Amino acid sequence: MRAGGLMRAALTNRSLVIGLALSLVFVGAALISFAWVPQDVTVLDIANKMKTPSAAHPLGTDHFGRDILSMIMVGARTSIAVAVVAVVIGMGLGVPLGLAAAARRGSLLDEVIMRGNDLVFAFPSLLIAIMITAVFGPSALNAIIAIGIFNIPVFARLTRGAALSLWTRDYVLAARVAGKGAVRISLEHILPNVTNLLIVQGTIQFSLGILAEAALSYVGLGAQPPIPSWGRMLADSQTMISFAPHMAIFPGMAILLTVLGLNLMGDGLRDLFDPRIRRDRR
Amino acid sequence: MLRYVLKRLVSLVISLAVASLVIFVAIEVVPGDPAAYMLGMNAQADTLAALREQLGLNGSIPERYLSWVAGMLQGDFGTSYTYRTPVAEMIGERLWISLPLALYALTLSTLIAFPAGVWAASRRGSAVDMGVMGVTQLGVAIPNFWFAMLMVLIFAINLRWFSAGGFAGWEQGFFAGMKSLTLPAVALALPQASILTRVMRSSLLDTLSEDFIRTARAKGLTRRQVLWRHALRNAMIPVLTIIGMQFSFLMAGAIIIENVFFLPGLGRLVFQSISARDLIVVESVVMLLVFAVILVNFAVDVAYAAVDPRLRGRR
Repeated sequence: MRAGGLMRAALTNRSLVIGLALSLVFVGAALISFAWVPQDVTVLDIANKMKTPSAAHPLGTDHFGRDILSMIMVGARTSIAVAVVAVVIGMGLGVPLGLAAAARRGSLLDEVIMRGNDLVFAFPSLLIAIMITAVFGPSALNAIIAIGIFNIPVFARLTRGAALSLWTRDYVLAARVAGKGAVRISLEHILPNVTNLLIVQGTIQFSLGILAEAALSYVGLGAQPPIPSWGRMLADSQTMISFAPHMAIFPGMAILLTVLGLNLMGDGLRDLFDPRIRRDRR
Repeated sequence: MLRYVLKRLVSLVISLAVASLVIFVAIEVVPGDPAAYMLGMNAQADTLAALREQLGLNGSIPERYLSWVAGMLQGDFGTSYTYRTPVAEMIGERLWISLPLALYALTLSTLIAFPAGVWAASRRGSAVDMGVMGVTQLGVAIPNFWFAMLMVLIFAINLRWFSAGGFAGWEQGFFAGMKSLTLPAVALALPQASILTRVMRSSLLDTLSEDFIRTARAKGLTRRQVLWRHALRNAMIPVLTIIGMQFSFLMAGAIIIENVFFLPGLGRLVFQSISARDLIVVESVVMLLVFAVILVNFAVDVAYAAVDPRLRGRR
């Protein structure tokens, strides 16, 4: 009954349906690219360089004659992989920290965790990436670490805030009376009740991760050649934008549509999980 | 109030100390010997020793950290290895581009977001509201450096209204300088304006649903009077916080946007220093940006408490 009702609500939520569809297109493109792409992106075809869109190349070719559609499909892997792993890092470390801070509210542990969060917030992911790159050199892995570190306080704060209000509930009191420890209460009673919030925030951080990865690759701090990435495709296209604008337009559209899809999905999920507070997205 | 400011001041100093420690460890301790790192594999022993001497790398790690911090407090950021000029001087020069750019973008973003947010909130649910929200949805999803490239294509290459990049220099006059910064500032401002519009709108809608607004309406004030006299002022608190937070995003975003437009600001300096392995410059610029972020957040917190006495007790 509840599952059926939830399904119906999901299907009538326009943001969710459009967002999910857009996101699936790009996740699908990334997955398909493992098995098949219109043209191998490692093969250069200089004779056909910078061709505008045609039947053979629906999105045209780049300055090495590579098919831009294929590059976008393979590039989707990089963007999605970096953003997903960064969200996993952020959740994996941030959620336990947030739970611990809430369970020991006002303690030294809470204070240390929250001040640590403030500190990380002072380092935008770009600055973290700059420091890592200055010392270890640029790579997709370093981009993941930089974005992942930035995600930790986001999830820690969210979890702590939500968990604090849950700790005052009667059923948590009942669990304490029953002799359950803080760890068990956090895992059995608090965590399941913050999952919805975490999923929504996860979607948003996923989309921010895609934007951050694109920006880092664009300035050369992310994935390195020959791994195709949307940000680097844009960087490559920049000097040729006046005579081959399609090289800049399509990878940018890919980023825009993926991020838009994920944001719409996040909005839709938020409405779905909490229909009482149809809060406007900030 | 004074107690609150003092408390925040102590936490500001602690944050800065910890942040500087993190940066120092990441850049000077983690790579092992920074001098060897900067010179590369084939460095001669005597060049290495000379560089170590010049960078002051011969002391112990705590000594080096303390002398770095002491230097910065006196405005001495050390000497760039590649440029052989004082880092403070280089940063000072570049700041004259990066800082006006960030402030220009902040101004634009506020000027766009304010009326757009008020307009959308005052016509909630109408076509105007949906239109504004749709545009902001696009605004937060668009990568700003790509938007910048598209603007170059349209306004510089096709229409020739602006130059495609570079900086005219302030000595060409204020107007010429601002003109070089206009496209970059618009590109930087767009996503921030979208976020701010949404915050403005939802904060105003929250305020409009409060009891005192109903009272004001019942007193006989018109919708417009209620909006301007009562609602806006109360809706400003979250908006101010976001504006403060945006400053840090704008400083960081400027690093990327400067690359699109080949502006010789802090961002270009950082990337040039990374490729030249000039760690001292990277370290100083990162420290400066983090300092700016922490300081602005401190200022916002204090301004906040000054406006809303309820907040002084918290945290």
